[in-house]
Amino acid sequence: MLRAIKGQIQKRPRLFEGIGVVAIALLILFAAPAILTAMGQEFRVNMLGRFLALAIVALGIDLIWGYTGILSLGHGLFFTLGGYALAMHLKLQLPEGELPEFFTLYGVKELPWFWKPFHSFPFSLAATIFVPMLIAALLGYLVFRNRIRGVYFSILTQAALIVFFNFFNSQQKLINGTNGLKTDTAKIFDVYVGSDDVQRILYILSVVFLILAYCLSRWLTSGRLGRLLIAIRDDESRVRFSGYDPTGFKVLVFAVSAGLAGIAGALYAAQSGGISPKTMDIAFSIEMVIWVAVGGRASLVGAILGAILVNFSKSILSEQFPQVWLFFLGGLFLTVVTVLPDGFVGWLRTQGVDQVRSLLGRRRLLTYPSLAEDPEVEYERQNLRN
Amino acid sequence: MSAKILEIEDLTVSFDGFKALNQLNFSMEPGELRVIIGPNGAGKTTFLDVITGKVQPTIGSARFKGKNLKALSEHQICRLGIGRKFQTPRIFLKLTPRENLSLSGNRYKGVFSTLLNKRPTGEQQTISGLLETVGLTPKADIPAELLSHGEKQRLEIGMLVAQSPDLLLVDEPVAGLTDEETENVGNLLLTLAESHSIIVIEHDMEFVRQIARQQVTVLHQGSVLCEGKMNDVQNDPRVIEVYLGEAPSMDE
Repeated sequence: MLRAIKGQIQKRPRLFEGIGVVAIALLILFAAPAILTAMGQEFRVNMLGRFLALAIVALGIDLIWGYTGILSLGHGLFFTLGGYALAMHLKLQLPEGELPEFFTLYGVKELPWFWKPFHSFPFSLAATIFVPMLIAALLGYLVFRNRIRGVYFSILTQAALIVFFNFFNSQQKLINGTNGLKTDTAKIFDVYVGSDDVQRILYILSVVFLILAYCLSRWLTSGRLGRLLIAIRDDESRVRFSGYDPTGFKVLVFAVSAGLAGIAGALYAAQSGGISPKTMDIAFSIEMVIWVAVGGRASLVGAILGAILVNFSKSILSEQFPQVWLFFLGGLFLTVVTVLPDGFVGWLRTQGVDQVRSLLGRRRLLTYPSLAEDPEVEYERQNLRN
Repeated sequence: MSAKILEIEDLTVSFDGFKALNQLNFSMEPGELRVIIGPNGAGKTTFLDVITGKVQPTIGSARFKGKNLKALSEHQICRLGIGRKFQTPRIFLKLTPRENLSLSGNRYKGVFSTLLNKRPTGEQQTISGLLETVGLTPKADIPAELLSHGEKQRLEIGMLVAQSPDLLLVDEPVAGLTDEETENVGNLLLTLAESHSIIVIEHDMEFVRQIARQQVTVLHQGSVLCEGKMNDVQNDPRVIEVYLGEAPSMDE
């Protein structure tokens, strides 16, 4: 019976994967909120929604780092830009002629020019995706064309992050500086963003966008492009000698991953009551990389799981052990890095199954993977032993 | 204008004053299989680096089918039709042999064509044929990191052929191979020589004798020491002095 199912799955992997994704999506959409509410933990639904948004960034990080081998430590920048793009639109939902309240505090009488297009809802939505993409493409093009790689690229992304952080922090008159933009008291379509109905819709949107982001990433990484990204990760100069120019590919992936971060930032901001330059903290960008490392590099499911699990354990641990929770979290990361260098999913894929089996006393000798799965070899092993 | 496939004039490459190549002149006819030998540090690998665009010449020029290669980057040179195999096999270890070949064999190497183009129907067959040629059909779908050293060498030659270049540059294809594998690779190169121009750089004299049916070029201290048939070269006193040294062992 099991074997028959396995055979079916091998025959039509795409179909079964699609069914799996839809099933999980439905579970998260309907079952998870119902269960959490029944447990009297309704506030966790909103939390889960935010973490689903964070999982979208994790997918972006996985594309650029896990698959292409480029470690960006500045994705907080793209995340924040996306958040601001949506928050600016929400801030402008005011009666004709009024300015968002913080402007009056600083004595600003007229709306700065770059705020004006954010009156338009479609423009703002486009901006949440395309502003981060454009900035990433520009930065990426300049850096990758000059063959700056590895740790130098990581440092550059951090530098970019700090530049924007300082800029956003210091511009009270333009974007309210350190305080950022509050969104829960703003209105969208005449309803408060902080209201239950809007939050419920945002939860659904987070699930939908996560699925879309997963499909996009899956599409990018499954075909020839995906294999080329892995090739760039493992031996970039060999890729050049095979006739490909890696620059374009790296710019594309970096931009896509920034666009995902932008969407995530917008969803996150709207669900957590606002956005401020705090999300451009260096620590936050590094945390994003940790989610992916814990879940499993070069595994899309791993990135999503990593983001959700790390964030949930973070909030649960901080509630239970307010004094020492950071030690637990640090311990988790150290464990993953030392014991499971490929993350949870990577471990499951490689030795996980065998290790669990050997713990249960059902060890199987594996010599050469292709041989071990060869039915003839299997037959010989079973029948010719004695 | 010129019928030569590769022409190198007065090529000098200096690294901080050290001349890895020194006024080197070299040319090659289409369809030739040329073996280049020379002691360590003679500039053999730098020579390939210049042709493939990894190193820019300090003075002089390299022309491929009459086109100056200066200022072209590696991928552009590759697309002109020059393929290179590296000294240590450089294949993509996480990908399977089939995927390795399919990446090299892709005809349209732009970003969007790689992403969007359907794979041409003939490609599958071409790749299966290549796998057959390099003898990797049984291992076509396991990660390439599980292949043996010799299989990796053959796979990389296969990747080179998949690009269908006009000129193949092959750097020490039999380093670290057993005698039997060496002979296999030799036969593979001889088969390829029927339809390609090939430059082979090699240390292994046994192997050189197997494949050098035409001209052999000896490099020494960054320039060409002499050129000729293997037998002549082998008996040239200058060559014996700088390189072969133990002449008796050559007479087996």
